[in-house]
Amino acid sequence: MTEHGSIIYLEGITVDYDGFKALNNLNFIVNHRELRVVIGPNGAGKTTLLDVISGKTKPAAGRVIFGKDRDLMGMREYEITQLGIGRKFQAPSIYGNLSVWENLDLSLSRPSKGVFATLRGTSTAAEREEIDRTLETIGLTEQLRKRAGSLSHGQKQWLEIGMVILQDPELLLVDEPVAGMTDEETEQTGRLLQSLAEKHAIIVIEHDMEFVRQIARIVTVLHEGTVICEGTVEKVQADDRVREIYLGRQKVAHV
Amino acid sequence: MDEGRHGMKVVIGIAMIAACLGWFATGSMAAEAQANVSSSPPLEQALAELLSEVEGTREQAVRLLVEQGDASMLPRLEELRANADRSLRMAIKPVIDTWRNRANLASPDADTRRTAATDLGMSGRISAIPWLEAAAANESHRWPRYAMEESALLLKLASDNPTSQQQAAVKLGEMRSQNAAPALLALVQAGNSESATGEQQALAQTAAAAIERIESWNVWSSAIETLFRGISLSSILLIMSLGLAIVFGLMGVINMAHGELMMIGAYATFVMQECFKLYFPESWFDSYYLAALPAAFLAAALFGLILEASVIRFLYGRPLETMLATWGVSLILIQGARMYFGDLTAITAPSWLNGGAQVLVGVFLPFNRLFIIALSILSVIGIYALLFRSSIGLRVRAVTQNRSMSACLGIPTRKVDAYTFAFGSGLAGIAGWALTLVGNVEPGLGQNYIVDSFMVVVTGGVGKLAGTIIASLGIGGLNKLMEPSLGAVYGKVLILVLVILFLQRRPSGLFAVKGRHAEG
Amino acid sequence: MPPPSSAERHEGTLFWAVGFVLLFVLPVLNVLPAEDSWLHVSDFALNRFGKFLAFAILALGLDLIWGYAGILSLGQGVFFGIGAYCMGMHLMLTIGSQSVYGSALPDFMVWNQVTELPFFWKPFYSFSAAVLAGLLAPACFALIFGFLAFRSRIRGVYFAIITQALALMAWLVFNRNETNLGGTNGLTDFKTLLGFRLSASDTQLALYVMTVLCLGGAYALCRWIIASRAGRVLIAIRDSEQRVRFSGYSPSTYKLFVFVVSALLAGLAGILYVPQVGIITPAQMGVLPSLEMVVWVAVGGRATLVGAIVGAVGVNLGRSILTNSFPELWPFFLGGLFVVVVLLFPDGVMGIAKQVRGKLAEKAVRLPKTSAVEGEQA
Repeated sequence: MTEHGSIIYLEGITVDYDGFKALNNLNFIVNHRELRVVIGPNGAGKTTLLDVISGKTKPAAGRVIFGKDRDLMGMREYEITQLGIGRKFQAPSIYGNLSVWENLDLSLSRPSKGVFATLRGTSTAAEREEIDRTLETIGLTEQLRKRAGSLSHGQKQWLEIGMVILQDPELLLVDEPVAGMTDEETEQTGRLLQSLAEKHAIIVIEHDMEFVRQIARIVTVLHEGTVICEGTVEKVQADDRVREIYLGRQKVAHV
Repeated sequence: MDEGRHGMKVVIGIAMIAACLGWFATGSMAAEAQANVSSSPPLEQALAELLSEVEGTREQAVRLLVEQGDASMLPRLEELRANADRSLRMAIKPVIDTWRNRANLASPDADTRRTAATDLGMSGRISAIPWLEAAAANESHRWPRYAMEESALLLKLASDNPTSQQQAAVKLGEMRSQNAAPALLALVQAGNSESATGEQQALAQTAAAAIERIESWNVWSSAIETLFRGISLSSILLIMSLGLAIVFGLMGVINMAHGELMMIGAYATFVMQECFKLYFPESWFDSYYLAALPAAFLAAALFGLILEASVIRFLYGRPLETMLATWGVSLILIQGARMYFGDLTAITAPSWLNGGAQVLVGVFLPFNRLFIIALSILSVIGIYALLFRSSIGLRVRAVTQNRSMSACLGIPTRKVDAYTFAFGSGLAGIAGWALTLVGNVEPGLGQNYIVDSFMVVVTGGVGKLAGTIIASLGIGGLNKLMEPSLGAVYGKVLILVLVILFLQRRPSGLFAVKGRHAEG
Repeated sequence: MPPPSSAERHEGTLFWAVGFVLLFVLPVLNVLPAEDSWLHVSDFALNRFGKFLAFAILALGLDLIWGYAGILSLGQGVFFGIGAYCMGMHLMLTIGSQSVYGSALPDFMVWNQVTELPFFWKPFYSFSAAVLAGLLAPACFALIFGFLAFRSRIRGVYFAIITQALALMAWLVFNRNETNLGGTNGLTDFKTLLGFRLSASDTQLALYVMTVLCLGGAYALCRWIIASRAGRVLIAIRDSEQRVRFSGYSPSTYKLFVFVVSALLAGLAGILYVPQVGIITPAQMGVLPSLEMVVWVAVGGRATLVGAIVGAVGVNLGRSILTNSFPELWPFFLGGLFVVVVLLFPDGVMGIAKQVRGKLAEKAVRLPKTSAVEGEQA
């Protein structure tokens, strides 16, 4: 893994919440078109990691480089989003009072998302087609006129995934995508993520080890704000330290 | 930990205040035996001469009586005055005043001694100098002694002896005597006039130096008094904002009727006062104020409970709608109070809160404001104990931090909401109770404080008491501090600007909760 | 984009129908029928109605920011007041030496022993400068204030409180005599506008027509904003500001935009209000009036433009009826309105109307709902 081929490169990141170090001198690299799964016990700093990349949290120290040489430090969330980093939140985050179609239309990647452009802008035929294609991918074609707030939980999760896909990001940050999904939905989501990984780099945070095994090629284990192990699922599961701090502690929850 | 340290500071603070109060309030035990001199023949003669129609004789007699007579002859003079015509009464009055003041120099009451000394100083009677000096030598209390010395010096300043005038001017300057300023100024003017003698000019120089000292002290003393007023305003603001802030932290709700709960507390105090007037003996009247404390708290708390149960609980999770609905309630409450109680209702403060304590020359701290400050410190300690040292407080804090988790753990969050809201409302009631000491009771009384207390909550941030305390000290203090230079209006404008600028640096207030519970 | 729903088409028809009534029917009924005819609309009624319609312009702006974007501004009265004072200052200056003291200076300045016209009054000799200032001054003020507030992510309750403090400050400052804005008594005793006597019924009719036209324009502007993608971004901000940010939009820019538009409309309302009512005082711009404006929108129905207009006219109509006959009861009524609307009718009159329509059309085909009406608060 060289810095050169990476899509995102974090170096020496420290996030300090009133003395509690959510991330502690963290180094982390993901390459282009990689599907990376991040696991770790509660409070390990997984969500904070995504917060730092997406600009929601400003680290106290360190730097974040996107692509070749784009320094993300000090940029606002929407600027980072426009650069090509999409984020799917843990709890579905959609626009409940807009229709499914409008949700997707707003998320679609466009050259300008300023006030005056959006005041005048109308969707082109190509854009509509793209939205329709995504609707099909996420299986919500039937619901396009429906108020998004009235969708089921699983449908909302899918809608948000669709919204992030339409942003056409180079890097996708996905926080626990299958929480609260049925087995079937989980499997579908896994397939979707894998097919997305053919074009995009993806970082997935997940607790469900079953799901991790389904999708993961390389897994990163976080503990107390630092990376303690990185490698294939098998390698990680064989690692003594990981067993001790992660599996050992989470025995009850995951067996 | 932070709270703990803070708690210690608060304890020390209240101890100091209590000590100060004790020191100033102790009455004098040193009642001096009254000298009882029987009247001598020349005085008898003077008394008789008072009745004389000849102008000169009467003046002579008055002078003699003032200089040599004493209070033991007062009854006889009173008797004389009762049957006298107007001119005689006018003549006798200074005699009586002087004797009375002289006698009062030995009064058991410190305040009386002090007033007597001040009066004598203003009377311009040189003969009072030795009395004052003698009294000062025996005086054990600081401020009466100060008044005696000051008066003696003032009289010396008015004498025709340049040397003692010089000394008096220097001494008065050292004492930072406020009362001496006009006399000193007159001396300066006399010294600067063209016909002034060398002596007068020298005296004028000394007087000018003394005035400078006095005036530079004036700046300090008025600064201290301003600061004190600022702190006492902050205290009311603090009691009010604490209730608001706790509820905001817990439920995310801003209660726009909070000011009207304060008004309810004030009216509860008023009603209690009227009850005491009607149903209890007059000697009990002063205790109405203490009885009004639980009344104010309970009335406001009960009202808060009703408000919570009838309006706010249905708007959970919709803070803006809650603001509007509670504003509606406040309109109704204000108009209701206006129709029932009328526009203005006066509260008579209990006599034990009248007066004040002098701490420095020219610095006078009224008891009612000291009381308010002490009350706010007590409230903070009480809230601190309740929130951090009791199981109820633990529940409140738990729900504040993570409502759904608390519900899962079996904490009745609905009840916690209701009781906390009632408690916060009760605090507003206490604020209203305290406010009656320094302001009128009127229907719109809450409106004067509500915007300020909102600003306190915004500036202080959610979830930490310290933020609310510092913010109310800051906003209340700035309000009073800027009043003299900018005027109340522009002071307030400046505060708004400062708050907005402050929020640029710290959008979630002084003490924001960071980490995963912070809003996105 | 999906084609407009039939509800939107209804609103279009309604727009022209109501516009026709306001613009032609009422003025004709004012001019033509005899004064004792039941059809006659009195000068007084028309003038009163013109005032309500000016308020409706303000309500439209408030609806944009609160109803759609979910930002509660309790400081709209300030923008209204600034607009009104700009117009009022012009009207003061046109009085000239016809004033009580016969001075070229406004009466209150003579009274306050001001000898020279303060510099900031001078541009207001010009009518167009006054109108321009009445629009731009609130907008600029909103721009600066909003920039600071939204940049540091002051929102929700915090924003409401800060804007309320703003209303209080403005009220305090305008009340001062030394600001040379007439103090507590405000600006009044206007005589003419552009040479026409304000007391003449023709002038008032013209002002009424002007107000209707401005309201129509304001409505069209708001309609256009709401129908655009930017309008949906506003609703999106109300639903999930975070998602908006992570969809690549800058919420603070959009908020600032809608705040400025609402301030502009409030300023316009102020400009139209003053010559029709004949007085502007600080009491019209303080905390209470600013809150009342919110109630107009709440009563009419948030996030429906028609609702904002209905609410503004309806509440003010109710107010003028009630304050005439039971002045003491008005605060109870207003307060009750706050509580009842928020608790029981969160969608206001328009929500009720919709429910009734829905019940009537129960058997018929259901209309697809167009977003934003049911308030699901984030």
